[in-house]
Amino acid sequence: MNINKDLVAASSTPLVLAILAEEDSYGYAILSRVRDLSGGELEWTDGMLYPILHRLERFGLITSRWERSESGRRRKYYRLTATGRGQLLDEQRQWLTVDQTLRRLWSTLSESTDGAGLSPLPDAS
Amino acid sequence: MRAEPKAQEASVGAPPDSIEGQIEAWRAYLSKGGAVSSPDAEELEDHLREQIERLRSKGLSPDEAFLVAVKRIGAIDAITREYAREHSERLWKQLVLSGNGSNRSGSSASEESRSTWVALTLAFAAAAAMKAPALFGIEFSMDEAFYPLNATFLVFPFVAAYFAWERGLPRLRSIELAGALVAAALLVNAFPFSDAPGAQTRFLTVIHLPIALWLFVGVAYVGGGWSSSGRRMDFIRFTGELFIYFVLIALGGGVLIALVIGLFQAIGVEAEPFVESWLAPCGAAGAAVIASWLVEAKQSVIENIAPVLARIFAPLFTLMLLAFIATMAWTGQGIDVGREILIAFDLLLVVVFGLLLYSVSARDPLASPGLLDWIHLTLVVSALLLDALALWAIGARISDFGFTANRVAALGLNLVLLVNLARSALVYVGFLRGTVAFSQLWEWQTSYLQVFVIWAAIVAFAFPVLFRFS
Repeated sequence: MNINKDLVAASSTPLVLAILAEEDSYGYAILSRVRDLSGGELEWTDGMLYPILHRLERFGLITSRWERSESGRRRKYYRLTATGRGQLLDEQRQWLTVDQTLRRLWSTLSESTDGAGLSPLPDAS
Repeated sequence: MRAEPKAQEASVGAPPDSIEGQIEAWRAYLSKGGAVSSPDAEELEDHLREQIERLRSKGLSPDEAFLVAVKRIGAIDAITREYAREHSERLWKQLVLSGNGSNRSGSSASEESRSTWVALTLAFAAAAAMKAPALFGIEFSMDEAFYPLNATFLVFPFVAAYFAWERGLPRLRSIELAGALVAAALLVNAFPFSDAPGAQTRFLTVIHLPIALWLFVGVAYVGGGWSSSGRRMDFIRFTGELFIYFVLIALGGGVLIALVIGLFQAIGVEAEPFVESWLAPCGAAGAAVIASWLVEAKQSVIENIAPVLARIFAPLFTLMLLAFIATMAWTGQGIDVGREILIAFDLLLVVVFGLLLYSVSARDPLASPGLLDWIHLTLVVSALLLDALALWAIGARISDFGFTANRVAALGLNLVLLVNLARSALVYVGFLRGTVAFSQLWEWQTSYLQVFVIWAAIVAFAFPVLFRFS
């Protein structure tokens, strides 16, 4: 399955913020986490993550610091700020609204057409 | 955008075809455009390395791992575009005064701020020197004899000093330069110029002196390596940029002066005398040093402007000249030999020479001939044709004219430029036919610099004597 580019771009902010809400992290680890969680379906071009991180930092949603990794190289870690946490909640509400709206539509669609072309949805819980 | 770098281009350190060498080349290419700063590149490199390690632990060979990792990270063009979008300020390079976030390679922040202070100090020194003659009772005025003749001597030494410091010019060479400047200053001030109406030699000296003395700045600029044509080409580029920066600063200065006069007038204070004898001359002297420093500081950061202007105007001037020639042929009207005809054609040749010089200075010497080269050749050839016609018309009536200092100077400049452009046209033809390398044109132009300087020196120093200071 190929996920639409616009969708990937739009979801990048909540994804990064949510991953950083779990714990401080760095670019490669964030990408691996996205890959694992999406079962490899959500594919980013690796290099594109960094400009996104820098933008979030510019908006004050995350902060960065350099640390030495176990391999001895310098590595840039990112941390969620209080503003970022607020933004994450906001994003969460927005995405849930979109999700709920779509779910309702999907379910009416699958009832009326009796599932023609649309697979039954997994339960929302 | 150029093609992806080959591993061989990797800088020194690691063998080029090793993984380290490839990573180095990849990183160098990433940083090239200026949108990706050095810490950003480090962050991406860390990512790349971790990816390579993961892939190798899955059994890929180093080369395969590198290729896959680079592929995953994405096309460099796309990444740098994304970085440029996020960090747009990096492309509008800051002009050093603040000194923050600068990532010019090869110079640390402290070096940069020291250079700033040296430039500021020298600018103030130049401004002070401009007023120093007041200590001997000579007030600033461009109408009197002193300042037009000596302004060059009051400003150029500070520009030269800045570069002597910046390049670490050997002390002996600095002393030689200073000695030559002092000797020249003493000489022209000792000349008994005639003040009779119609006397021309003083004016000729005044306008040729700066050109002759620009050589001293040049020697300081190239750090003594005058024999290298590459360094001389740098000096040509510097001169063009300096001119543009100076004009820009002068525009700002004009606004400042207008405001000063206007504001003080509002409270009934006459500011004009202060502006005329202090603000304008000191500002101009300081601006010459500041402009030099700006060119030096932002060099390699922003595209040079002089070549851009040359590229815009070369086709336009070519069209203008062709239209002029066509009209002349159509109407059968010959060139009307008036008094100012030589000056007008000198100016034409100077402009064409400038367009050619600055277009050449920015051209990639390895690129194959293109449309722009044909335009340049057309420009030069049509200018030569016109000039030949003008010289022919003047030659026919040379006896009516007589040889005054002004005419000999104008004729000499015309010949000096004519030789330069004629030879340039020949080299250009060779280049377009593929028999001559483009670098020949560089060689020719950079070595011809001396001819200009020598000619200017002859007019400035020998003409007064030859024409008995009349």
